[in-house]
Amino acid sequence: MSDTSFVRTEMLEQKEPPASTIGIIGWMRENLFSSVVNSILTIISLLLVAYILSGLLPWIFQSSWNATSLTECREIFTATYGTTHGHACWGVVNDRWLQLLYGFYPDHLYWRVNLTLVLTLAALAPVLFSEKAPRQLLYLTMAYPFLMPWLLWGGSIWGPIVVALGFVIGYFVYRVVTEAAGELIALIAGVAAALIWWMVLSGVVVSGLDSVLPIGIEAVESRKFGGFMLAVLLGIVAIGVSLPIGIVLALGRQSDLLIVKAICVGFIEFIRGVPLITLLFVASLLLNVFMPPGTNFDIILRVMIMMTLFSAAYMAEVIRGGLAALPKGQYEGADSLGLNYWQAQRLIIMPQALKISIPGIVSTFIGIFKDTTLVSIIGLFDVIGLSTAIRADTAWNGIYWELFAFIAVLFFIVCFSMSRYSMYLERKLQTGHKR
Amino acid sequence: MTTLTDPPKESFRLSMLIYDTRYRSATIQVVALMGFMLAAAWLIDNTITNLESLGKTITFGFFTEPAGYDINQRLLDYQSRDTHLRAALVGLLNTLTVAVLGCITATVVGVLVGVLRLSKNWIVAKIMTVYVEIFRNVPVLLWIVLVFALVSESTPHPKTFKGVDTGAVVVTNRGTYLPEFLFSNSLGDLSFFGASSLRFNVSLDLIAFLVVLFGGLFVSRKIKRSADAVQEATGIRPATWWKRLAVIALPIAALLYALGFHLGYAELKGFNFKGGTHLRNSLLALWLALSLYTAAFIAEIVRGGILAISHGQTEAAGALGLRSGRIMSLVVLPQALRVIIPPMISNYLNLTKNSSLAIAVGYMDITGTLGGITMNQTGRELECVLLLMAVYLIISLSISGVMNVYNSRVKLVER
Repeated sequence: MSDTSFVRTEMLEQKEPPASTIGIIGWMRENLFSSVVNSILTIISLLLVAYILSGLLPWIFQSSWNATSLTECREIFTATYGTTHGHACWGVVNDRWLQLLYGFYPDHLYWRVNLTLVLTLAALAPVLFSEKAPRQLLYLTMAYPFLMPWLLWGGSIWGPIVVALGFVIGYFVYRVVTEAAGELIALIAGVAAALIWWMVLSGVVVSGLDSVLPIGIEAVESRKFGGFMLAVLLGIVAIGVSLPIGIVLALGRQSDLLIVKAICVGFIEFIRGVPLITLLFVASLLLNVFMPPGTNFDIILRVMIMMTLFSAAYMAEVIRGGLAALPKGQYEGADSLGLNYWQAQRLIIMPQALKISIPGIVSTFIGIFKDTTLVSIIGLFDVIGLSTAIRADTAWNGIYWELFAFIAVLFFIVCFSMSRYSMYLERKLQTGHKR
Repeated sequence: MTTLTDPPKESFRLSMLIYDTRYRSATIQVVALMGFMLAAAWLIDNTITNLESLGKTITFGFFTEPAGYDINQRLLDYQSRDTHLRAALVGLLNTLTVAVLGCITATVVGVLVGVLRLSKNWIVAKIMTVYVEIFRNVPVLLWIVLVFALVSESTPHPKTFKGVDTGAVVVTNRGTYLPEFLFSNSLGDLSFFGASSLRFNVSLDLIAFLVVLFGGLFVSRKIKRSADAVQEATGIRPATWWKRLAVIALPIAALLYALGFHLGYAELKGFNFKGGTHLRNSLLALWLALSLYTAAFIAEIVRGGILAISHGQTEAAGALGLRSGRIMSLVVLPQALRVIIPPMISNYLNLTKNSSLAIAVGYMDITGTLGGITMNQTGRELECVLLLMAVYLIISLSISGVMNVYNSRVKLVER
C-alpha cells in the first residue's frame, strides 16, 4: 500500500482579492453604487453638490477684495466678468473686519483685547488640557477674573486688586478661625469678613491708594464694546460664572430639603421656560427698577448678569443629569466611608458627575455662545448689530451675503472646534466605563 | 437583680440646631426660606420705590386702550383701532402658528436627515453631516436674518409677473402666495364673544371637515379592531387597507364636493397680487430658518435614538419570524421612540422660545406686539415683560407637562 495522500508543506501565496472589491473601485461599489436606489441617490447627490459648488465657488473666488464701496465693486465686476451677479464683494470684509471683531473699541487699544484673549487661552489651558499644560498656569487662572475686566475696561489697577484682596482676607480669616472654632463658624466669619471688606472698606482703600499711587491704563466705556469680541466676552463670563451657580442649583434640586429644593426648581424652571430675549428685555429695561434707587450700572454688566442666570439654569439641568446618571452605590459608598455631605460631593460625587456631564456642559456653552447674538435686539452692537450698521453706510448699502458669510464663518470656527474638543474630552475621560 | 433604666434624656441645646443632624436640615431650610423671602422683599421694595419716583403704578388698564398699530400677518381680524389686548392675542396666535408650522417641518426634515446620515451611501451621509454641522454651529438669529434677506432680496418684484401665467404658487419679494381654500356653498362662520377684544370666528366648513375626518378615522379603527379579532381567532389577517382608506377618503370627497370646494389662486391686480393665502417674508423667513435650524438638532437625536437600539434586538425579532416592516414597527420604533421623544419635545420647546426672535425680522408675534410696540407705546415695561414671560412660561410648562406624562407612561419598569 502506497501512501497517496498529499500534504502541502509550504504556504501558498495569498491571492489578490478581485479587482472589483479593492481600491477605489471596490470602495465606490461598496459605498456609492451598492444598489439601484443607492446609485440614484449618489447621482442626485453629486448633481446637487455640483450645482451648489458651481454657484458658490465663482462667488467666493471670482471676487473683489479691494473695493471701498459696493458701487465700485459692481464697476469692477462689470469690467471683468460682464455681470454684477454671482461675485462676492469681499471689500466690505477687508474694509470693516476690525470693526466686526472689536466693535468701537479704540483702535490703539486693540492690543489689550488681544492680550486678554491670549490670557483667556492661557488661563483655560490648565483646566482644559490638564495633563499637558504646566501646573503653574493655575495661578494665572486664579488671577484671570481680576485681570480680565481691568484689561478690557481699563482704569485704575487698584480696583481689581482690592476686590481680589477681599477673597484673600476671607480665606485668611477662615483659616485662622477654623483652628479656634470649627468649620461652620469659620466659614461664616470668612464670608462676613470678605463682605465687610468689599462693602465698607474697599471704597476708601481704593480711593486712598489711587490718590497716593495712581497706576492705571486708559479707561474704555462699555458702549464701545462690540463685535465678535462682545460675543466672546459674554460667552466666557456667562459660562465661567454659571458653572459654580449651576452646580449649587443642581445640588439644591437633588437635595432632601424641601424648601431649598422648591426654590431651586422654581428658579430653574422659570428661567428655562422663558426665551432669552425676555431676560434681555429685563436686563435692558427692568434690572435698574429692581435695584435700589440710584443704582445705575452699565448695560453690558446687566446683560452679563442675565445671561449668567440663564446659562446657570441650563447648566444646573446638565449637571443634574450627571448626578442622576451616577449609580446609587457611589452615594452609599461615600456614606459608608463616613464622609459628610460636602466631602462626599467634593471627593466622590462631583468628579464623576462633572465628567459624565462634560458633553452637556460644552453643548450648553456652544448654545450660550450662539445666543450672545441676541444682544443685537436690545441695541448692543455685536456682529449682527454691526452688520446692520455697516449696511446703513451709503458705501455698503445693500450688501448682505458677504457680511453674513463672514459672521457665519467666525461662529462656525469657534463652535465647531468646541464640539470637537468635547469629543476629544469624552474619549480621554472614558477610561473606566468602556465595555 | 437588674434594673432597666432609660438612657439619660438629652436636654435640647441651641448648638444642636447646627450640629445635630436631626435638627440641622430644619435649620438650613428656615435660614434658606428667610434668605429667599428677604431677597424677594428687597427686590419688591426697590421696585415699588423706583416706580413711585417715576410716578408709575402697576396697572393693566392699557389693555383696553386702542393699539393704533397694524399687524399685517394675522389669523384673526384686527384693525389698528382694536385694543392692545386684541393685538396681544393676535400676536400669541402668530407665535403659536409659527411654532406649530416650524415643529412639523423641523420634524420631517430632521427625521429624514437623521436617517440619511446613517445611510450606507457615503456621499449622502457626508452631505447630511455637513448640513447638520453648518446649521448647528451658526447662531439661529443669523439664520433668521439671512433667510429673510434671501427671500426679500433675491426674489422677483411682483411687476415682473405682468402678463405671465403665474400658476398656484407665486414667490415674490413681497411674500409668497399659496392657493386658498374656497367653498362656493360655504356653511358660514360661527362667531364667539360678539364684538369684544376676544372675539373670533370658526369656519363651519372646517368643523364639518374635521367631524367627517374623525368619523372616518373612528370607523377605520373599528375595522382594524375586527381584523385583529379575526387574526386572533383564525391566524389569518384579512386585507383591510382598501376598506380603511375608503371610509376615510370617500366621505371627505363627498363633503368637499357638496361644499363646492375649489382653490383660489393669487392674481396680479395693479402693483400687487390679490387673493390666495399670503405668507409674508417675515413669516416665511422665521419658519424656514427655525425649522432648518431645529431640524439639525432633531437629526442628531434621531440618529442617536436609532443607534441606541442594539442590533441584537433586530436580529432577535428576525429570529421570531417577523418581517422587516413589522420589526421596525413592533420592536425597534417603540424602543427608539423612548430615547427620541423627550429630547425631541425639548427641541420643540426651544423652537417655540426661539420664535421670539421674530422681532428681528418684524414678524408680529407676541414678543413683537406685547413686548414690542405695545410696550414702547404705553411705557409699561414691567407689566408687559412680566406678562410676556408668563405667556411663554405657560406654553413651556404645558409642553413639559405633556412630556412628563409621556415619560412616565413609557418608562421602563425597574426594581
